Amino acid sequence: MADVTPLVRDELLPPKPPERRHLISIADLSRDDVERLLTLAETFAKTLDRDVKKLPVLKGRTVVNLFYESSTRTSSSFELAAKRLSADVMSIKAAGSAVDKGESLKDTALTIGCYDPEVIVIRHPEIGAPNLVARFTDAHVVNAGDGKHQHPTQALLDLYTIVDELGHVEGLHVAIVGDVLHSRVARSDVQALLLMGARVTLVGPPPLIPRGIEAMGCEVSYEIDAIRDADVVYVLRMQKERMLAGANYVPSLREYSARWGVTPERLRPGQKVMHPGPMNRGVEIDGVVADAADALIERQVRSGLAVRMAVLYDLLTHGPVGVKVAEIQEVA
Amino acid sequence: MLVRPDRPRDDVVVRGARVLDAAEGVDAVLDVRVDGGVVAQVGEGLDANGHRVVDAAGLVLAPAFVDPHVHLRTPGREDEEDLASGTRAAAAGGFCAILAMPNTEPVVDSAAVLGSLVERARAEAEVPVGFLAAITKDQAGEQLTEMVELAEAGAAGFSDDGMPVESPGLLRRALQYSAAAGPPIALHCEEKALSRGGQMHEGVTSAELGFGGYPSVAESLMVARDLALAAYEERPLHLLHLSARESVDELRRAQAAGVAATGEVTPHHLTATDETVRSLDANAKMNPPLRAEDDRQALLEALLDGTIAAIATDHAPHARHEKEVPFEAAPFGVTGLETAFAVLYTRLVQTGALPLETLLERMSAGPARVYGLEAPRIAVGAPANLVLLDLERPWQVAEAGFRSKSANSWLLGETLTGRPVLTVADGRVAFAA
Repeated sequence: MADVTPLVRDELLPPKPPERRHLISIADLSRDDVERLLTLAETFAKTLDRDVKKLPVLKGRTVVNLFYESSTRTSSSFELAAKRLSADVMSIKAAGSAVDKGESLKDTALTIGCYDPEVIVIRHPEIGAPNLVARFTDAHVVNAGDGKHQHPTQALLDLYTIVDELGHVEGLHVAIVGDVLHSRVARSDVQALLLMGARVTLVGPPPLIPRGIEAMGCEVSYEIDAIRDADVVYVLRMQKERMLAGANYVPSLREYSARWGVTPERLRPGQKVMHPGPMNRGVEIDGVVADAADALIERQVRSGLAVRMAVLYDLLTHGPVGVKVAEIQEVA
Repeated sequence: MLVRPDRPRDDVVVRGARVLDAAEGVDAVLDVRVDGGVVAQVGEGLDANGHRVVDAAGLVLAPAFVDPHVHLRTPGREDEEDLASGTRAAAAGGFCAILAMPNTEPVVDSAAVLGSLVERARAEAEVPVGFLAAITKDQAGEQLTEMVELAEAGAAGFSDDGMPVESPGLLRRALQYSAAAGPPIALHCEEKALSRGGQMHEGVTSAELGFGGYPSVAESLMVARDLALAAYEERPLHLLHLSARESVDELRRAQAAGVAATGEVTPHHLTATDETVRSLDANAKMNPPLRAEDDRQALLEALLDGTIAAIATDHAPHARHEKEVPFEAAPFGVTGLETAFAVLYTRLVQTGALPLETLLERMSAGPARVYGLEAPRIAVGAPANLVLLDLERPWQVAEAGFRSKSANSWLLGETLTGRPVLTVADGRVAFAA
């Protein structure tokens, strides 16, 4: 009895996940990773002005875009990025697919995995969906937004846009204004900006600033005046469903706009304004601000294409390693 | 009341173990002889008398464990667990008795449902089982169950576990009426208006990950209310799976004021924090959620000073397909019967945070006392409820090793030390590695 053998022999233990690289969270990136990706994006950006825009670098590779949420800029930008790199692209939207018939994410992932795609780009309303796809397929997984968690390519394109406009990120002060609580863009941007040496202040109504978020290393202010000191004012989309009567995150849309709307009067000349889109003009951002020369909003969209080309290329060409393999819990 | 399986009792001699029963004042290398399921002799160099002999040199023999909080999923979800698999898992975890929660399909809210479970447990269970009945019909929080009849049919206690009793008026009636029924009331404390949409502990980690927060105050507010009602009605009360410092503070205050309140804590709340959720693994999702390190410390302090009398696994099996989904889509709950002792021994006893004797007491006599059960002990004349523990050899938690039908353990892949190798439950060898 004293001679107790372990119940489970080594060969029965779950296998280690394969060495694959994903882009699921900014938290998985080092500063070197970000700098490499931004440099690569700059290279690709130069190709955007050519007459012939297509590059043969990912010829024969398959990229699947799997979108469980509506999206214009992210899905179109990933699709175009993959096409510009000559990859075969397949775009699947949840609406009209087997998801409508109740297929689980695991089964959808297994099904798509049968085509051996090199990359699966996924947007999903639930946190951790990209990790699940990574667990059940052999593809490199790119997170195009998972619930309120992360939207890493948005953060990278925001960094790219800032560098492109202001030359650097280090030392800048960026104010992120609005509904931080429900924003994956805010979470990704805070991490990315801090990683690159910026100072970040979150500004908004107290119920929409998550308790404890200062631990990420940013500052918090409930006063809109706090944006005055910023080099860049990043305006978050105010989701109108959060404003419905009874939700009580803010008493009313009117009070929100009056207190926290980004208007010309609240900005200094030269302050850059960004927004991840889609905008609610007149709610979180005044139309005059959105259309002003200091607004970088369309530049962000253009950056998105180059950055996503860089991400796909980097993942598929096994460029300098550094994008950490996401910790995936593997179950036998 | 415990339902004892209809099975023959065993004769066995355990030789040369370090016999450890602090309540009986025993801590020495001894032999223990069990005749017909009863401890017949404790001493040195005992005769085998033709009994099965277990060589236990280098092992620890202790009173077996009692788990006051298990979900056996029967009736209704026998694909996840049934009486046989759940009690086999319990035996493998060193438990000689477990208490099953009534949130089944249908809910255990009538003597008919309870009666059928009692019958099946006699035939199918590996270790004695007590069944709690619901406080309210269908656990809907509207109509009291027939508590007196349920008590007569064998209910070990009353609980709407998984759901709070939202109405203070109804809880007050339940406390009053339970005086006629007898068995204690056990409460899941959660103010739904504060926890709604919550996926994990509200704190630094949820802020960063973006998960909806389930704040500590959602628990402690309800704990305070429930204790106030118990104090007013002068009735005993048991608080299930406490997770927050503020809840423990409330319990300690109430006990000091003379309220007959008890509390329990799970192995996961004692050894893990909300940082675990960073894996985004649905097996880190439970209700109440894993909380902050400060909460974990408070739970440990309360376990040490006796404010919390019992360790409870809250063993909650879930089908694989229900957990292989994004975190937010997964149900709350993790299995725990087969890892409870090992994780507590590895992370608390081996690190010096918790004495072994205290751990053994809180896993055995502590929970037994909460529900008025006879405490397992190693003494001549007592029914044999023994667990033989290997405290030396590390083992890796893996799905293939589980007796439970479900494998939604938060410890898969972890290497732990401390493992039951023999369990004698109610005089029967229920598990031998």
